[in-house]
Amino acid sequence: MLTVRNLHARVSGRDILRGIDLSIMFGEVHAIMGPNGSGKSTLARVLAGHPEYEVTEGEVLFEGEDLLGMDPETRARVGVFMAFQYPVEIPGVNNAYFLKAALNTVRKHRGLEELDAMDFMTLIRERMKQLDMDESFLNRPVNEGFSGGEKKRNEIFQMAVLEPKLGILDETDSGLDIDALRIVADGVNAMRSAERSFLVVTHYQRLLNYIVPDVVHVLTDGRIVRSGGKELALELEDKGYSWLEEPVGKR
Amino acid sequence: MNLDLYRTEYTKARARRPKGEPPALAERRDEALSRFLELGFPTTRHEEWRFTSVAPIADQPFAPAPPLVGDVCPVDVTPFRFHGVCAAELVFVDGHYVPSLSTRAALLGGARAGSLAAAIAGHAPEIDPFLARVAAFERAPFVALNTALFADGAYVHVPAHTVLEHPVHLLFVSTGGGAAHGSPLLMSHPRVLAVLGDNSQASIVETYAGPDGMRYFTNPVTEIVLGQNAVVVHYKLQRESSEAYHVGTMSVRASRSANCASHSVSAGGALVRNDVVAVLAGEGGECALNGLYLADRQRLVDNHTTIDHATAHCGSREIYKGILADRARGVFNGKIIVRPDAQKTDAKQTNRALLLSEDAQVNSKPELEIFANDVKCTHGAAVGQLDEDAVFYLRSRGLGLAEARHMLIHAFLGDVLQRMPLAPVREGIERVVARQLARALDAAA
Ligand SMILES: Nc1ncnc2c1ncn2[C@@H]1O[C@H](COP(=O)(O)OP(=O)(O)O)[C@@H](O)[C@H]1O
Ligand SMILES: [Mg+2]
Repeated sequence: MLTVRNLHARVSGRDILRGIDLSIMFGEVHAIMGPNGSGKSTLARVLAGHPEYEVTEGEVLFEGEDLLGMDPETRARVGVFMAFQYPVEIPGVNNAYFLKAALNTVRKHRGLEELDAMDFMTLIRERMKQLDMDESFLNRPVNEGFSGGEKKRNEIFQMAVLEPKLGILDETDSGLDIDALRIVADGVNAMRSAERSFLVVTHYQRLLNYIVPDVVHVLTDGRIVRSGGKELALELEDKGYSWLEEPVGKR
Repeated sequence: MNLDLYRTEYTKARARRPKGEPPALAERRDEALSRFLELGFPTTRHEEWRFTSVAPIADQPFAPAPPLVGDVCPVDVTPFRFHGVCAAELVFVDGHYVPSLSTRAALLGGARAGSLAAAIAGHAPEIDPFLARVAAFERAPFVALNTALFADGAYVHVPAHTVLEHPVHLLFVSTGGGAAHGSPLLMSHPRVLAVLGDNSQASIVETYAGPDGMRYFTNPVTEIVLGQNAVVVHYKLQRESSEAYHVGTMSVRASRSANCASHSVSAGGALVRNDVVAVLAGEGGECALNGLYLADRQRLVDNHTTIDHATAHCGSREIYKGILADRARGVFNGKIIVRPDAQKTDAKQTNRALLLSEDAQVNSKPELEIFANDVKCTHGAAVGQLDEDAVFYLRSRGLGLAEARHMLIHAFLGDVLQRMPLAPVREGIERVVARQLARALDAAA
């Protein structure tokens, strides 16, 4: 589904990603782990199309299409979704209004009928129940005044509504208490299917107890230095990242 | 700068005045002309006009716009109307009342709305005590000019204890004179006097409009007098031609426990100045000044407001928001005066501007003159650009760039629009704002 080849990216004149190779098949869950500042969020943002990040080398194919050639909204419409590490507060824009507009643009692009207010509310209520969210949330401005945990849950809620093919979760687990973590993980697991893949970025192994990955990659200093099965995450939990920090070859 | 033109026009205008004009008013007009000739047009050396050059007005000759011939209006006024929601809709073309385009069907309870010239000629009792006595011209050259030259305008009287449920719409349309080559540019000086008796209530909407691309000069002055406990909601929708010059003043005097809400929306014009002066002259008065302005290209919009807390226990709330694209400029100056007797004043002012381009600019200044000690006065100003992270966030959920920007801008303006209580008027204003925004965003994209 997703093929990343030799991806280099820079921001503010600094090279952050320095040759990433990654291949995710349909239905797989890949985890990316790595120390702070290793470039995990940069990878997620580059895949989502953040305009601040400049790709200097390499290519990314999504279902065989050139992902890097698409603007961010097109990526969302063809089925890439990134749950932000730090979701943005948008005062004055009402959650329900925003989500309905987003869902209908995405549906239109996918050749589906737009939902009217009634059908939209039915869908929304169902998804909210799944994520144990309060209805009052719909009339609040997007992320404004939300606690850290509420923001993260909102990201997964949006994902559940928009039903992407590839979900990229950037540290969705950070800042969640164990109950919220379970709810979020259940939400993600409920979405797992043979047609949907996930790239789960995390700093801690904890989340991977709940969302069990097929492949774990370790990112340090803008490169993937090790890939393995889910045991790799446990090994990292034990030993920390330092034993991996010097990849073979030059640093 | 040649003021002889205005002296000559004044002489001609005086000869044209209807016989019934009371001598006291004629004297005020003479005084106003002398004052205008003394003051001349302001320059950027005047503190009040530091960022706004009116040279294009001062340097071009304007002729007073004549009344329509045979009531045939060359401009279709239909798009500017508020259909079906008004107690009365008075249409003025180039400053002259046009009864055939106006309706007054739903005025109730002895309320009046009609031509000011007719009210003057008919010796309406509110004229002498209030006309040209609320809007001071001693230091305001454009008010002086209007006072000297106004030919007509609107007169609204709501008797005590009368509540007008539906708004009175005063629609001022400029034709631009048909733009025949060599014909002079036209000016008009519409005047509005609205007097609301004790415990009365009304909504007044003023629209200023003209065909796009026409150049002309509109110089309106509105005076509103509020009796005790009276409530007025005033809207000014300025949607002049993108080439027009518009310098307008509104002065309100509020008696004890009166309540004034002003909603000013500036969407058109090449050079626009709006002055709002609210005097809280009786205890317990309340005033809310809300403003919204949009400008693109090389246009300039200047909003000067003054809230004069002349007595104790009055409250004022002010919020102005602007959006500037291309090379447009905005000016905001919010003066709050708290007189020595005005203890327990509670005043709050906010102004914010959103710049959609690197070249757009805004000069904004709060001006607090506080002479009492037991008062609460706060002000805040912010100028910024669209939050790029928010734009990306919305796009990452599938919304197009234009839609994302639009949503954020709308959110920025939302709280000013939401303060407008009359839904049909608010919706009409929202449509004008949306159109203007679409144009500004197209240019910015
Ligand atoms: N927008 C940005 N501007 C400047 N530096 C950035 C920006 N985004 C990331 N960086 C830098 O890139 C490096 C990697 O950051 P990030 O991808 O956020 O790491 P991680 O998510 O693994 O903690 C860090 O050194 C960070 O300071
Ligand atoms: Mg990160």
